[in-house]
Parts: sequence; C-alpha cells; structure tokens
Amino acid sequence: MNMYKFIRSVKLNEAACRGCFNCMKQCPTQAIRVHNGKAHIIDKFCIDCGRCVRYCPHHAKIPDYDSLDVLNNFKYTVALPAPSLYAQYNNLTSPDIVLNALLKLGFDDVFEVSAAAELVSEASRNYIKEHQDEAPFISTACPSIVRLVRVKFPALIPRLLPLKPPVEIAAEIARKRAVEKTGLDPSDIGIIFISPCPSKVSYAKAPLGIKKSDIDNVVAIKEVYPLLLPHMKQAEDIPLLSQSGRIGIGWGNRGGESAGIITDNYLAADGIVNVLRVLEGLEDEKIHGLKFVELNACSGGCVGGVLTVENPYVAESKTKKITRYLPVSQSHLESYPDLDLMWNGRIEYEPVFRLGSTFKESLHMMKTVESLTKELPGLDCGSCGAPTCQALAEDIVRGEASVTDCTYVFRDTINHLSGEIGNLAKTLQQQDSANHASPEVKNYIEQLMEELTELNKLV
Amino acid sequence: MSESITFRYEIPGDDFTRAGEASSDVKNKLKMMGVNNNVVRKVAIAMYEGEINMVIHADGGTITVDITDDNIRIVLADRGPGIADVEKAMEAGFSTAPENVRSLGFGAGMGLPNMKKYSDEMKIDTVLGVGTTVTMNIHM
Repeated sequence: MNMYKFIRSVKLNEAACRGCFNCMKQCPTQAIRVHNGKAHIIDKFCIDCGRCVRYCPHHAKIPDYDSLDVLNNFKYTVALPAPSLYAQYNNLTSPDIVLNALLKLGFDDVFEVSAAAELVSEASRNYIKEHQDEAPFISTACPSIVRLVRVKFPALIPRLLPLKPPVEIAAEIARKRAVEKTGLDPSDIGIIFISPCPSKVSYAKAPLGIKKSDIDNVVAIKEVYPLLLPHMKQAEDIPLLSQSGRIGIGWGNRGGESAGIITDNYLAADGIVNVLRVLEGLEDEKIHGLKFVELNACSGGCVGGVLTVENPYVAESKTKKITRYLPVSQSHLESYPDLDLMWNGRIEYEPVFRLGSTFKESLHMMKTVESLTKELPGLDCGSCGAPTCQALAEDIVRGEASVTDCTYVFRDTINHLSGEIGNLAKTLQQQDSANHASPEVKNYIEQLMEELTELNKLV
Repeated sequence: MSESITFRYEIPGDDFTRAGEASSDVKNKLKMMGVNNNVVRKVAIAMYEGEINMVIHADGGTITVDITDDNIRIVLADRGPGIADVEKAMEAGFSTAPENVRSLGFGAGMGLPNMKKYSDEMKIDTVLGVGTTVTMNIHM
C-alpha cells in the first residue's frame, strides 16, 4: 500500500513538453519543477487535481485512465456512469437513454453513481445531524480535496465527512448485485467507473479513508462519450433503468452535494484556488456558522473535470433540463439495510512540506530559506525551474537546487567573475615586464576573459 | 543558547482586503517548520485577531514573531489611539468598531477575548493617544 501513498495519475509526454512554465506556475501546491527542459511532478506534493492538464498549451500532461479494452478482462462487467456523463449530451430527455446505450456498448449491467449519491446524501444528513457539535463538515467526494487536506490542513482532518464517496458505494452495490445475479466469483466481475477526472483513477488504486476500493478500472467520459452516441435513441420502449432523482444527478455540479444536505447553512466552492481560500478560512476559524462545506477541485464541479467533453457551465444547464421532471430522490437507504457507508480507515496528516526532520533542524533551514529569499530577485519568474523565489530557496535548503539556478544570480556571478579576472589580467600586465609572468598563465587568463565576455553577452 | 528565528510584518492600515496576510504567512511557515498542529492553530487565530484589530482601530502597525525552541512570541505594536478601558475591551462582545467595519462582518467584540483565549500569556501596554502594544506568548 505504501508505494501508492503518493500515487498520481498525471503523466508527462516528454516529447511534447517544451519546458515552459505554464503548468509550474498554475500548480496550486507548487508540485512542479522544470529541470533540463522538462516539467517534473514531485509526487508527494501533487494532489492530482488535473490543473496542469488543463493549462499545458502543448498537451504534454497526460491524464492516466484505462482503455475500454478492460471489458475483455472480466466475465461480467458493470458500468458505473458518473452523474456528469448525462450532462455531456444535447437534448437528453432521460438518463435511461444513456444507461441503455452503455449496455449496447458491451457492459453487462449498469449502476448509476447518482443513485449511490442519493444514499450518501441521506447518510450525510444523518451523520451531520448526529454530530452537530463538530460541524462544519467538509465533503470528501472529491479525492483531490481529501489529498489537499491531508498534506496542507492537518487541523481540518477531523472535519472531513467520514463517508465513502458515491462511486465507492455504487461499486460495492454493483459487485454484490452482480455476484447474486450471476453466481460468479467476485474477481470475475469488472466494476468499471466512467469518470470525469483522473483523480478517481488514483483513488481506485489507493483510496483514502477506506482500505481498498471496489472499483476495478476507470475509463474516461471523453472516450466513452462518442462511442455511446450511435447507441442512443429517443425510444419510448427502452427499459427503465435509472434509479436517480434530482439530488443524485445534481451531484455532478457545484452545489449539488449541498442540495442533498438540505440546509441553508452551507458553502459550495469550486476551482482549486477558491477551495484553498475556503480551507484557509476554515483553518483560521474565519468562516463561521456552517454545517457543510462542499469543495470541488474543478470549476463547476465534477462536470468541469479534465476527462469531460462539454463546457462545465453548459453542462450545468443541461443537468437542470435532464432533472427538471425527476423526483427529488429515487434511491433510499432503507432499500440497502446491509450497506456500510462509513470510512473504515483513517486519514493521517502527511507533513510533506516540512523542511527538516526535527523542529530544530527545520528552524535552522527556515532561517536559511529566509536569507536566501532576500538574496533572490523576488520576481517569481520561474526561469530557475521553481515556481517562486521562495520555492527555489526551499529547494536549495532541501539540497535539490543551487542558488545559481537563478538566472539573475547566475548573471551577477558571471559579471562579478569577469570583473575579477579583468583586474587580475591588468595586474599581471603591469607586473609583466618586472616579473616576467609565465606566458601560459597570461594566455589562460586572456582566454578566460574572452569566454566570460561571450557568456556575459548570452546571459 | 538555542537558535531562534524572527519574522517581521508591516501591517498597512488602510486595506481591509489584505488583513490576515501576515498571520497566514506565519501559519504556513510554522507548518513548514513542523510545529505542532494545535500550536499552529492557536498562533494563527490569535495573530489573525490581532492583525484585524490593528487594521480596524490603529491604522496598521508592526507585528514581530519570535520563535524559539519552546515558545512563540507575537508582539503587535501600533501607534493608534490606545485603549481607554482595557478591562472593558477584554469583555466578550464589547466593541467600538465603526459601522462600516461591522457591516463587513468584523467588530463582533471577540478580538481581544479570542487573543487571550488562544495565547498562553497576553500583556497589553497601552497609552491613550500614543499607541498599544500587545504581547502574546504561545508555548510549545
């Protein structure tokens, strides 16, 4: 399990990466460095939010997910469509059209994540009611949020809503149902999530809060989307498969999870930069009086995930149309008496940004960071390969960079050096006649002078 | 003599939107130094309240944070109007904040009480018309 502790699903296409600073400057946890012309992700700093995928102009950041070929790995497969899948299509009148198309595409069964979401909503309402004194609770459905809290906001770990995310509940129910239906061994059943984001890919391999995920594979909405189109027909006579109402399908949008809590005392923030501000506010107790805090790493909520097709705001509007005539909720906990929705694992603070291994050492290192930061130009230009001057100073203190990685410091160093050598050359020339300095030394210094002058022009 | 580190901040008095930047910076640095989470939280809240107070009442000032092995000392010094009745100011809910500040959600009269609550020792030196210096110690 430990090798997966800081697993991430964003990979680099080295050939496409030009070593520009776009991803590095946008990374909310300063997890990216550009070295030797390529952008590298520091595993333990990365929260898998997908922002670098979004901002890379050269499409060098590749989100990892499974191909639909995984359908061949199992005797029986169940598709778990994310609520955001429905919002990708124009003029969709019913989720059933998508669900039936999934069966035609080759899945043996479907179970909607939105149906499970309604169960999580109900469990959340119960949990919050029973633990009023510990409110506000922070939603845990977005894995990137849990990962962010785990590395940056230790004081907020107790505020994380300790419930499994809807996709996990869907996977558990789907596998159990499939075993009952087919009599197959659970390992012959493939539970395949159709996901709006790569963060869930990492989640399936190394879930937080629970010991092991029931999801076998994660495929991308953007891959499944076009394949479903030919199988979608607006027929009247298709089997009715959907068990979701407005609450469940609404989970795909920012504010959707909060709507399921049924309280006015909530906040719903989307976009990782806004999320960071809310978490800071909660940590400092500047934000008061809330029962529930819904946080989505992507703008617009899950419909804004990097594996989706539709513009998140258009998708939000489409969701409203799809759910207009649906009941509030169609799945209820009383139908699943054996279901355990609570986390069965703990989230431990991972102090990855800590400078040293002890306080004493860290204090000493922090002093060096402070004095180094003063030495650096403070432009946060990124040319050194670190996102800010402060980040470079931290890298230097951690032994992972050198002060001359800063182009400005480097230029000044060269400048200074060429001045020194110039002085030396002059001195030697003056002494030349008297002392007969070795011509080799003289030539060498002249050569150095020339090289430095050239270098000076370059930097 | 064990090592110590000092952070200094100039707090501008005229910009509400920037209030809280200094305490946020200290908080992040303490986390990087591996300071106990509970101590970080106490420092963040106590210092934030002090920082806001400086902006509301004293047109800014300076904050000095001294960190040693076993203690964090936060000194908030301003050249504001001073506090006429310190005992009264310490009462929960007592506030002299002007209406424009209250309308922004500040000035609930919990600033000084919270600073006292979250620090282990607090001392207020104030002279009317000259300024106020609040010294808070939070032990590790």
